[in-house]
Amino acid sequence: MAEQVNLYSARKEALIKPLLDKFTQQTGISVNLITGNADNLITRLKSEGKYSPADLLLTTDVGRLHRAKQQGLTQAISVSAAIATVPNNFRDEQGHWLGLSLRARPMMVSVDKVDAQSIANLEDLISAEWKGRVCIRSSSNIYNQSMVASLIVQLGESAAQEWVNGLVNNFARQPQGGDRDQIKALAAGLCDVAIANTYYLAGMLSSKDETTQQQAKKVKVIWPNQAGRGAHINISGVSLAQYAPNKNAAIKLIDFLLSKESQLWYATTNHEYPVLPDIAWSELLQSFGTFKAEQVALGKLGELNAAAVKMMDRAGWK
Amino acid sequence: MKHINRFYSWFNIWFVTIALGCIILAAPVGLVFVSVFFPQTEIWQHLSSTVLPDYIVNSLILALGVGLLVIVIGTVLAWCIARYEFTGRKQLQWLILLPMAMPAYIIAYTYTGLLDFSGPIQTSLRDTFHWQYGDYFFPDIRSLAGAIIMLSLVLYPYVYLLARTAFSEQPSSFEEVSRSLGVPPSKHLFKVVLPLARPAILMGAALAMMEAFADYGTVQYFGLSTFTTGIFRTWFGLGNGIAAAQLAAMLTSFVVLLLILEYLSRRKIRYYFQGQKAQQVTRQKLTGSQAFWVPFVCVTPVFFGFILPVLQLLKWASMTYSKQLTSEFWLLLWNSFYLAAIASITAVILALLFAYGKRLNPIKPIQFLVGVVNLGYAVPGTVIAIGAMISLSWLDIKINTLTENWFDISVGLVFSGSLFALILVYSSRFLAVAMHNIDTGLSRVKPSMDDAARSLGYKPLQILRTIHVPLMKTSVLSALLLVFVDVLKELPATLILRPFNFNTLAVRAFELASDERLMDAALPALAIVSVGILPVILLTMLMDKSSPHSSHDN
Repeated sequence: MAEQVNLYSARKEALIKPLLDKFTQQTGISVNLITGNADNLITRLKSEGKYSPADLLLTTDVGRLHRAKQQGLTQAISVSAAIATVPNNFRDEQGHWLGLSLRARPMMVSVDKVDAQSIANLEDLISAEWKGRVCIRSSSNIYNQSMVASLIVQLGESAAQEWVNGLVNNFARQPQGGDRDQIKALAAGLCDVAIANTYYLAGMLSSKDETTQQQAKKVKVIWPNQAGRGAHINISGVSLAQYAPNKNAAIKLIDFLLSKESQLWYATTNHEYPVLPDIAWSELLQSFGTFKAEQVALGKLGELNAAAVKMMDRAGWK
Repeated sequence: MKHINRFYSWFNIWFVTIALGCIILAAPVGLVFVSVFFPQTEIWQHLSSTVLPDYIVNSLILALGVGLLVIVIGTVLAWCIARYEFTGRKQLQWLILLPMAMPAYIIAYTYTGLLDFSGPIQTSLRDTFHWQYGDYFFPDIRSLAGAIIMLSLVLYPYVYLLARTAFSEQPSSFEEVSRSLGVPPSKHLFKVVLPLARPAILMGAALAMMEAFADYGTVQYFGLSTFTTGIFRTWFGLGNGIAAAQLAAMLTSFVVLLLILEYLSRRKIRYYFQGQKAQQVTRQKLTGSQAFWVPFVCVTPVFFGFILPVLQLLKWASMTYSKQLTSEFWLLLWNSFYLAAIASITAVILALLFAYGKRLNPIKPIQFLVGVVNLGYAVPGTVIAIGAMISLSWLDIKINTLTENWFDISVGLVFSGSLFALILVYSSRFLAVAMHNIDTGLSRVKPSMDDAARSLGYKPLQILRTIHVPLMKTSVLSALLLVFVDVLKELPATLILRPFNFNTLAVRAFELASDERLMDAALPALAIVSVGILPVILLTMLMDKSSPHSSHDN
């Protein structure tokens, strides 16, 4: 039988399939794919036990990889030449997961209404000056949960709670919609500052729809806390399943996803930042400017996820 | 003697088959209730002091709101179509059903695109009148009221379908009696017509309310805190699967209450269709202003529930279709179609089995088991799917251990890794829809008809063929249609349980939409709607043919 690799992917099919097809073309190894919500895939992996066909688990959030590791569903990935190029802070200490791309979650402001110099830190958002001017999506979303978890790591429990309370107090409206909706609300003047992932803005800027493009052009990225701890980031990454039946092919796929070609594809098609430091950014990503990122042990975010959700519940963040 | 007879009737083949079927189908729902035995004190303290009141209040308002609105829309439409003759009535008959093919989350996406603050309508208002944010009032689509309207627009056909049959089956003699007694038409409507149609109307409303309780896509997109969003938040966010299952059990309890209420309201007025060739009501021909506004009223729900959103989807799809219409797309279409076909046939066969089992053995244990399986409809698809995944994987692991010990081979995940899992979950989830239709149909076959036939020496199969099949045909068809359309739209279970390299239109539409690429999601969404329309049209044609007064229609 021809070589194959089985992939459980929390990354949507449209955002991974083209890469997998290229991999098959180059190596002759076919890739079987199931996409879905990361937690559901982890539950599936767990309930299938040692008969699970899965070789790799791909998620768009480090917390989920950490969760899979804690449940004993993953194994250490032996370090290949390609894997060694991934910076240490984007790899698990025991090698159970590693990052494939970076996702940044900065502040964004409406260029018409806000002077970009008037805001520099996430902490500014809770001052009285911004009352009724902040847009952000629901706290049910994993990006917000990870962001608050990283604040707990860096600021401590009580300061993080204070920030969450203050932010809720300054909301322009009850959280609704996704990240793009926050950007649109910014463009329409409903709010003056928003928090959203950059690839949504990039996706809108490169949209075929004229209106969407116009909306995105009214928005400017502000990298927060550049003089201090840096902007919040997360990774999309991969784990090797504990009972992976096709381990060799799986490692080949990981190597391929870390190749220059794949890393460039991430940047140009999905507008995410490459995880390897020496890959050039696309023009669009460059237009947002360079930034200093947080140096948090990413595994921590997964551990503190529940604490973050409770914190947002207490603050009344819907 | 009597006791022994009853004892035997307990253990006959019907009972064993049905009990077994029910237990398999109820296992995923049952797992949810097992969670109740593992108290999670700390997390419940947190939930009840923060978000739980919101979950309860919002879910109740949502379900009640949807219930009321679908009763109003569905009953008015059914009345107009069943009792009036006007231009366009024939076309409206099936147009009215079209919103059924529209998944609730898709209609929510399209209306948000239109009515949102940054959407075309509000933007052009601002541009025209030079308004700013805060200068004017515009109702917020992403609200509880918005969700009630979205869900009602696609769920009213449940009430319409059942109410229309009820209205057109009431013999005209009732009306003649009222008239001869000097009862004015309006009083006849409220004293005779509506009370007689009440079981059908409430049954439709109960189905719609169960869908509203289980809805996740719409409330999640609108950012509302309901039970379903709470279940996922507790499970994924707080990382507590048991507490999430307990929330699901609590939600299901609300539905049990709803079903008990519906059952009680029906029990008081138990009656069977009289069977004799009663003179059907002739539809009243409308003249004057009525001839204008009745069609207008009938078109309104179709316009908002189908035409407008489809136009929006068409506009989006026209911008993106060129790169999406690949061979892979046709495969998606085919997958969706055959999966829905297999699942609807399975569910209807099971429903027939259970319905006849209940009829032949009207004993408590069977009624209870069937009732439990019916609950599946109100449990969010994800919860049932996870229940099925855990129980089937467990079974698979046992099978593999066995084959490894005996034959030294492992057969792999034969149940949890195949389409079997999906079909099981669809059957478990949508059996209630099929059962409701089959039960209604079966209630039209008076038990005395069976007795009469038997006393004439008919064999059971003959009775089935000559009496039941003709009387049940419409109900079986509408059960098939409703389950087909439901499976076509079904999302969470498909997403969780599908095997490798298997996708459907709903999965594709959702993946793109949840990635906030509404325009790219438009084409698969349109395809779901188009595939869903086919059986709708087919059904209306067949219903027309098989209805006893078809001569009036043609």
